[in-house]
Amino acid sequence: MSEITPELVRHLGVLARIQLSDEEVERLTGQLGAIVDNIAKVSEVATPDVPATSHPIPLANVFRPDEPQQPLSVAEVLQNAPDSDDDRFRVTAILGEEQ
Amino acid sequence: MSDIIRLSAADLAAHLRAGEVSAVEATRAHLERIAAVDTDVHAFLHVNEHAERYAADIDQRRAAGEELPELAGVPLAVKDVLVTTDMPSTSGSKILEGYMSPYDATVVARARAAGLIAIGKTNMDEFAMGSSTEHSAYGPTHNPWDLDRIPGGSGGGSAAAVAAFEAPLALGSDTGGSIRQPAHVTGTVGMKPTYGAVSRYGAIALASSLDQVGPVTRTVLDSALLQDIIGGHDANDATSLAEQWPSFAAAAREGARGEVLKGLKIGVITELPDSGFQPGVAESFRSALATMEAQGAEIVEISAPHFEYGVAAYYLILPAEASSNLAKFDSVRFGLRVTPDGGATVEDVMAATREAGFGEEVKRRIILGTYALSAGYYDAYYGSAQKVRTLIQRDFDNAFEKVDVIATPAAPTTAFKLGERIGDPLQMYLNDVTTIPANLAGVPGITLPSGLASDDGLPVGIQFLAPAREDARLYRVGAALETLLVDQWGGPLLERAPRLPGEITHVGEAR
Repeated sequence: MSEITPELVRHLGVLARIQLSDEEVERLTGQLGAIVDNIAKVSEVATPDVPATSHPIPLANVFRPDEPQQPLSVAEVLQNAPDSDDDRFRVTAILGEEQ
Repeated sequence: MSDIIRLSAADLAAHLRAGEVSAVEATRAHLERIAAVDTDVHAFLHVNEHAERYAADIDQRRAAGEELPELAGVPLAVKDVLVTTDMPSTSGSKILEGYMSPYDATVVARARAAGLIAIGKTNMDEFAMGSSTEHSAYGPTHNPWDLDRIPGGSGGGSAAAVAAFEAPLALGSDTGGSIRQPAHVTGTVGMKPTYGAVSRYGAIALASSLDQVGPVTRTVLDSALLQDIIGGHDANDATSLAEQWPSFAAAAREGARGEVLKGLKIGVITELPDSGFQPGVAESFRSALATMEAQGAEIVEISAPHFEYGVAAYYLILPAEASSNLAKFDSVRFGLRVTPDGGATVEDVMAATREAGFGEEVKRRIILGTYALSAGYYDAYYGSAQKVRTLIQRDFDNAFEKVDVIATPAAPTTAFKLGERIGDPLQMYLNDVTTIPANLAGVPGITLPSGLASDDGLPVGIQFLAPAREDARLYRVGAALETLLVDQWGGPLLERAPRLPGEITHVGEAR
């Protein structure tokens, strides 16, 4: 009864920026179908009169003291970068040919 | 002196303060233990090469007459989800292999300030997604009670490290049971504090509305001592609670005297009947309750009708939050980068990197979370799951009007075999039924050993839950039961764990 199809899984992979293989798409389609069938039961009790809870212990207006602190140095920020040039992160082209 | 590695942190600290053991000796004893047994257990991903130097510094300061914190010189294992400046932090993932944090997590910084010696980073399911450590990108951890079995997860490394006497203290994180379920299967103690009681600054986020950092130890008092060190407000964590907390160690010491049990109302949940548990688990649970009843506690049946929806709500909320939190692993600022052949755009690089760097379970949950949050499904899935969260909170509120604490078996079964459930993610998820409600509601929970299951001889844990902010109550009640059970057993449960293959048998010592 699940609506999880290989096409949907492939599309979710694009949205999530994960290049799924055909074999992964096939396996995930079956597994997610079973999982979604099970977890869909939340709608049985989630009636309109029940408010949603996003946070177990809600806090409002959380501020820390506005005191200057030592930020990370550029070297510390870049120390784990896969690639950098000068004081910047370096990446491949943002736009492809068709864009 | 009895074996240094078998002492509790509290006892080891007493020997350190009395000058009977030096911090260097204590650290060295644990490093030797790791060298001897960790090939088989694989609790550690990294052992700290600086540990002896830190210990020597503690010894020097003590020798110079400095007044040091109570646990100064005691070794600590750190779950790899917590970032550290002196060791790599990977969260069990290939995508962060070799990552060196420019700062320490708040809990690690506080532990260091208290003189604890960070001796290594412990194994875990990748990004804390799992109940068995089989989803670690660096291979599973093995349960010290039976090396063919799981040590629980996601914090199986921390639990196995303390169970195998590789460290007296460890830090864990608990999003749906990752501290409490490993404690259950390894015969150790694990505490998930109230949401916001311990800072998450520097904990690599899985699901931000559920994650909580907490202690993993062999005794209730040791967990209390560790929470005293790591807990309390942190301005760097916007979800950190501002209140002043009582001394949890004082609560545990008071609890050990047992008076807390007189008239204590313990709720057991009608909707979690014994039939839902392995017979040996249910039997051990009932026996622990009877022990408490004999000391004046009262067992009260309570109803929590929405707990059965907890797993479903959790496996919507967690993947949704995780898919968002893990978006930062995009190959730009840190972590792995995989560039496909030919002219690739940065988006192609991201997709190839995340395909290569994330394991199967992580991809599964990111895809599931992306689905739950996508247009057209949001209200039916994520929105409904948040309503279930409200209903579960109400179940707790109603229950705590009638009882002081709730008790459950900590998990449905004892440690299962490595590989047994890896192919069926849904079955693996259903395993979290007892631990998840506490995360959804933000209440604290503790697991401590209740005994060995009569059907397979493996450890069983009992879980206690208390209202939010009542962490001290759990230490009181936990210490009371622990004292009674250790007395019944004639010693700690872990004394009955089998010897590990790498263990050195001293001459004349019986095997």
